[in-house]
Amino acid sequence: MADAIEVHELSKSYRIGQMQAAYGTLRDSLTRTAARVTRHEQPQGREVIWALRDVSFSVREGEVLGVIGRNGAGKSTLLKLLTRITAPTSGRAIIRGRVGSLLEVGTGFNPELTGRENVFLNGSILGMKRREIQRKFDDIVEFSGIAKFIDTPVKRYSSGMYVRLAFSVAAHLEPEILLVDEVLAVGDAEFQQRCLGRMEDFSGTGRTVLFVSHNMQTINQLCDRVIWLDGGAIAENGDPSGVVSHYLHTASVSGSTLSWTDDESAPGDNLARLLAVRVVNETGETVDTTDVRDGVGVEIRFRVLREGPPVFAKIKVRGRQGDVAFNAMDIGQMETPTAPGVYSVTAWIPPNLLNEGTATVDVAVCTLQAPKLLPRAQRAEAVAFGVVDPGDGDSARGLFTGQLRGAVRPLLEWTGQRLD
Amino acid sequence: MSQSQLEAPPERVDDEPRFDEAHLDPDRRVVVIRPASRWPHLDLRELWHYRELMFRLVWRDVVVRYKQTFLGITWALLVPTLTTAIYAIVFGKFAKFPHGNTAYPVLTAAGVVPMQYFASALTLSSTSLVTNLPLVTKVYFPRVMLPMAAVVVPLVDLFFGMIVLVGMMAIYDTWPSGIEVVFAPAFIGLAVVTALGIGFLLSTFAARWRDVPYMIPVFLQILPLVSGVMYAINEIPEKWQWIFAFNPMAGVITGWRWALLGEAEPNWGQMSISVAMGLLLFTLGLAVFRTNEPRFADTI
Repeated sequence: MADAIEVHELSKSYRIGQMQAAYGTLRDSLTRTAARVTRHEQPQGREVIWALRDVSFSVREGEVLGVIGRNGAGKSTLLKLLTRITAPTSGRAIIRGRVGSLLEVGTGFNPELTGRENVFLNGSILGMKRREIQRKFDDIVEFSGIAKFIDTPVKRYSSGMYVRLAFSVAAHLEPEILLVDEVLAVGDAEFQQRCLGRMEDFSGTGRTVLFVSHNMQTINQLCDRVIWLDGGAIAENGDPSGVVSHYLHTASVSGSTLSWTDDESAPGDNLARLLAVRVVNETGETVDTTDVRDGVGVEIRFRVLREGPPVFAKIKVRGRQGDVAFNAMDIGQMETPTAPGVYSVTAWIPPNLLNEGTATVDVAVCTLQAPKLLPRAQRAEAVAFGVVDPGDGDSARGLFTGQLRGAVRPLLEWTGQRLD
Repeated sequence: MSQSQLEAPPERVDDEPRFDEAHLDPDRRVVVIRPASRWPHLDLRELWHYRELMFRLVWRDVVVRYKQTFLGITWALLVPTLTTAIYAIVFGKFAKFPHGNTAYPVLTAAGVVPMQYFASALTLSSTSLVTNLPLVTKVYFPRVMLPMAAVVVPLVDLFFGMIVLVGMMAIYDTWPSGIEVVFAPAFIGLAVVTALGIGFLLSTFAARWRDVPYMIPVFLQILPLVSGVMYAINEIPEKWQWIFAFNPMAGVITGWRWALLGEAEPNWGQMSISVAMGLLLFTLGLAVFRTNEPRFADTI
C-alpha cells in the first residue's frame, strides 16, 4: 500500500528581514532601501532562518504519526507546508488523499451570515462540494446542537455556540488524512477534549492522522509512531515511548522549567527520583530571565522512595561559555537521615554573583559516601535562564559598558585610602 | 466447516462513512507539494476545481454587502441616481459642459455607471487579501480567487446601475442606434480586466504594506476627471485624446456611449491603446501576484 504522506528533504527558510518587516509601512521599506544605498549597508534580508531543513519521512495509510518538539522546532511550519498554506523553499511532499485539519475550525465564518449560510460557506472553504454539504447538513446541525438558532446570524451566537457549529462542520469533513495541531486548537478544555475524541474515532477507522502536540501522555496513547523535531530537523523517528522519553531527557535544555510526569521516566535510582526543576525569582514566580542585581532561585522537587542515608540536593551552575561557575549543595540536609516523601528545596543564588548571559544549571540529588558524593538522581543542563544587566550603574560593571569576562561577576566590597 | 465461513462477506458499503467524489477524482487525489515555480502561470484546471468556493466567496460578499442596511439593495439604485443628478446640476446646468446631441444627464449616467463599477471592483479587489486574512493564513486555495471574486461582486451593483441608466435613456428618449449595442458588454469586460489587473497589483502590495487603503481614494477621485465621466472625450482637442487613451476607463466610457447612446463611433486607434493597456495591466498584475503568492501567508 502506498504511503499516505511522503516527505522528501523538505525545507523552508525565512529571511529574518521578511519576518521583522511583516507589518511595515511602505515608508519603512523605502527608508531601509535608502539607508542601504547611501551607507552601503549589508541588506538586512540576507540573514536566513531555516524553520525546517531537509526533513524526510513518510506516513503509511492508516498510521497515526505524532510530531513533538520544542517551540520553534518547526512543527507548525511542517503543518503549514503540508496544508499548502505556504510553499517550501526546497524539497517536496506527496500527499495521497483528501487533507483536513482541525486548525481550520471556524475559518471564514462571517458574523453577518446565519448559521445555515455559514455552514455552506465554511464547508466550501474546507473543501466540501455543495452536494456533499447538502447531504450532511442535517447531521451537522444535529451534531452542533443549535438547530433552533440555525437561521440566526452568528454574530448573535455565544462563543460556545459558535465553536460548536464550527467544529461540527469540520468534524463532518471526513478527510482521509487529518492534520491536528493541538497547540493551535482553540476553545476551552471541553472543546479540546472533543477534538481529541474525534481524533480517536478517526484513527479507529483506519485513516491517517498527523498529530502535533506538547502533551506527551496523549502522544504516547494515540500514536503509532513519533517524530521528534529539533531545530528544524528530525532528531528521532520511531516508537512513541522511546522517542518521547529521549525527548523528555534532552529537549528542555534551554527552558526555565523541567518536570517529569511519571516516576518511570524520571531520572533516579531506588532511593531518590527527580520530579521537577524550575527557576524562580525572589517572590517564587517562574522566570526565564533575571536582573543581575536580583537573587534567583533554583527550585528542585524530588521524591525519596525509602528510608536511607541523608539525601540532599546539589546544583552546578555554568556560565555562558559552558564553564563551571560553581557547585553548591544543601549542607543543612547532610546529617539527619531523610524520611521517604516528596521534598521541594530551593537554592538561592545571591544577587550580583553571576555574569551576564545564559546560565545553565545541572541538578542532582545526592548522598554522601565519604569521601565522595554519590549522585542518586541527576540531570545535566536541567534548566537555563538569562542574566541581564540593565546598565543602571549600580551593578558590578559600574559605569563601564564593555565586556567583562568570567563565569561569575561578583559585586565586591572595595576598601582603601589615599597614602601620600 | 462452520456456518459463518460459508456466508458471503458482509457488504461494507453502508457502515463505512462515504467520501465525496472530489478526492476520488484521480487527478486531484494526489497532491505534490514543491517549491513555487519560477514562472508564474494561471492554473486554469485548479481554478475550475475550486469553482464552488469561488461562487461561495462571491455569494458571501453579495449577501453581506446589503445585510443590515436599512435601504438594502435600494442603495444600488440610489447611488448612481444621486451621483448623476449632482453631476447634471453642477457640470451640466451651472458649468454648461458641452454634450453634443445627447442630453447631458444621460451622457453622464453612461459614464457614472461603469465608473462606479470600476471604483468598487478596484477597492474590493485591492483589499481582498487583507480582508480575507484568516483564510489566507489558514486554508489553501488559489489566492487569485480573492481578487477575482472581488471584481465579480460589484457586477450586481452594475446591474442595478443599468436599470437607472435605461430609465434615464427612456426619459430622454435616447436609444442605441443599431447593432453596436451588442458590444456594450465587451466594454464592461475591459473594465473588469483592468480592475482585476490593478487589483492583483495592489492586493500584492497591500499584503506587505498597509498604505494601499490610503492610496485608493485619491486615485479614485482623480480617475473620473481623466476618464470623461462628466464630459465626452471627443469634445477635447484630438492631440489630448491620445493621452487619455492610455487610461482604459476612458475607452470603456467612450465605447459604452457609442454602443448604448448612439454617440459617434470611437477612434479605433485610441480604443486599441485602451484595450492594450487593460491587457497589459492584467498580465503584469497576474504575474506579480502569482510570483508573490507563495509568500502571502508569511508576509501578510
